Amino acid sequence: MIRKGIFKKPKIALEGNIKQSKTPSANIPNEMCVCCPSCNKMLFNDELNENLVVCSYCNHHFRMNSRQRLNMIADEDSFIEHNTDLKSENILDFPNYDKKLKNSQLESSENEAVITGVCKINSINSAIFVMEPYFMMGSMGTVVGEKITRIFEFASENRLPVIGFCVSGGARMQEGILSLMQMAKVSGAVKKHSDNRLLYITVLTDPTMGGVTASFAMQGDIIIAEPNALVGFAGPRVIEQTIRQKLPDGFQKAEYLLKTGFINDIVERKKLKEYLTKLLQLHNYK
Amino acid sequence: MAAYDIVTKARANGRATTKNYIENIFTDFIELHGDRRFSDDNAVISGIAFLDTTPVTVIGLEKGQDTKDKISRNFGSAQPEGYRKALRQMQLAEKFNRPVICFVDTSGAYCGIGAEERGQGQAIAECLYNLMTLKVPVISIIIGEGGSGGALALAVADEVWMLENSIYSVISPEGCASILWKDSSKAAEAAECLKLTSKELYKLNIIDKVISEKLGQKQSYETIKRLLLETINASMNIDENDLLEKRYQRFRKFGNT
Ligand SMILES: [Zn+2]
Repeated sequence: MIRKGIFKKPKIALEGNIKQSKTPSANIPNEMCVCCPSCNKMLFNDELNENLVVCSYCNHHFRMNSRQRLNMIADEDSFIEHNTDLKSENILDFPNYDKKLKNSQLESSENEAVITGVCKINSINSAIFVMEPYFMMGSMGTVVGEKITRIFEFASENRLPVIGFCVSGGARMQEGILSLMQMAKVSGAVKKHSDNRLLYITVLTDPTMGGVTASFAMQGDIIIAEPNALVGFAGPRVIEQTIRQKLPDGFQKAEYLLKTGFINDIVERKKLKEYLTKLLQLHNYK
Repeated sequence: MAAYDIVTKARANGRATTKNYIENIFTDFIELHGDRRFSDDNAVISGIAFLDTTPVTVIGLEKGQDTKDKISRNFGSAQPEGYRKALRQMQLAEKFNRPVICFVDTSGAYCGIGAEERGQGQAIAECLYNLMTLKVPVISIIIGEGGSGGALALAVADEVWMLENSIYSVISPEGCASILWKDSSKAAEAAECLKLTSKELYKLNIIDKVISEKLGQKQSYETIKRLLLETINASMNIDENDLLEKRYQRFRKFGNT
């Protein structure tokens, strides 16, 4: 399991018709500033949020919630959300799962760990899914699998590209084998979309691990990552316990994956929208 | 029987492994080593054999039998090369229109520096992706442990069967207990919660058949051989598109509310 970011869901000026009213004030930290974990400089929350939650001194990319990401990528008022009402149920009667779901809904102001829909990116239509780190660390259960599968099926029918933002600790243990099955289910929908000769871009953000890495995160035609994002199959602690040695510096970081050949590039948040727009144009999407 | 007793049985020393199944169900098995990328991973056995008179591709995760064999096979925990070897044989099976039969027995894909460096996640993802549209019948049998993504990589199939005393789970009961209760000794409780036995998984529609172990191992081999012949003969007559649509829908239904 991956530890959460140093501060909770940051307050950001939400634009357009996005669920502004649902953001509970409890999630906004009382402190006006945070300390950058990378350079130790104090940063004002307002300034940080204006700067896409990136440290203006050292370029450290802080964790970002799914609505912030959408606002960063989608043209204003262009996002139409799909399947907003799908909510997880405690299918296996797993201990404490009901409570965990309720808390996660409060903490993230989302019904589940992914939001999906269609939007315009510099006027180009695209399907999109954005995983939510503040909902059980983006873990994949049946609803996450179902929403992502449906957006791929929708994109196949409507001949749309899919852009997917990944952030996940992996499969959701509380849904047992059904969460494992989501890896296969989503893979099937991604493959169908691909067989229709449609573009799928994945953006890996910190952290992308486990069953998400071992399925749709690694199935993009083009795979990019944010600077310093942790991306891997096994978590670093599990590996350390298995091999009983310290891991090398930078292990499983985006820069390391670029070097070993598993991602196509690393793109800074500030440049991401223009980068994605160019990729869409280069694939003849208008 | 308590779930954890079945976990113990599934992991027991001396339990039949993939090698035994290959020897007792097929004839003329020719092992084909290597992934043509990096190395030959002994945790995966792959090759071609006859099932009665039908040529088939056989791929299995092998835990090893004696200590030396177990070490050489990394106790059935495959590296990315193992999954790439498997995928290569699956694609050859498609080319020559051979059904694919997979045997699953692993505590999970290997966790290590090299495995990560060479893309463990990517290797598994590629298996899932390609199996979904592999244009030949695929049958997967869980014979011991079906540990998470490393097991699923060989279990995206038209039918998934389990030996009665095998298990299939998203996480080991020990791992689950240590995350949930910070106490890996509560594995028995976690095993109940995870619903990882063949009986529970059959109820949940995750698997299609449970192979009884009550009449001994020899009988299990015979039952599997008979069921494989029946199922493969039936699926060889199914139209390719129907076969793939059925496979898609098999997994599509999980969690479709
Ligand atoms: Zn900084």
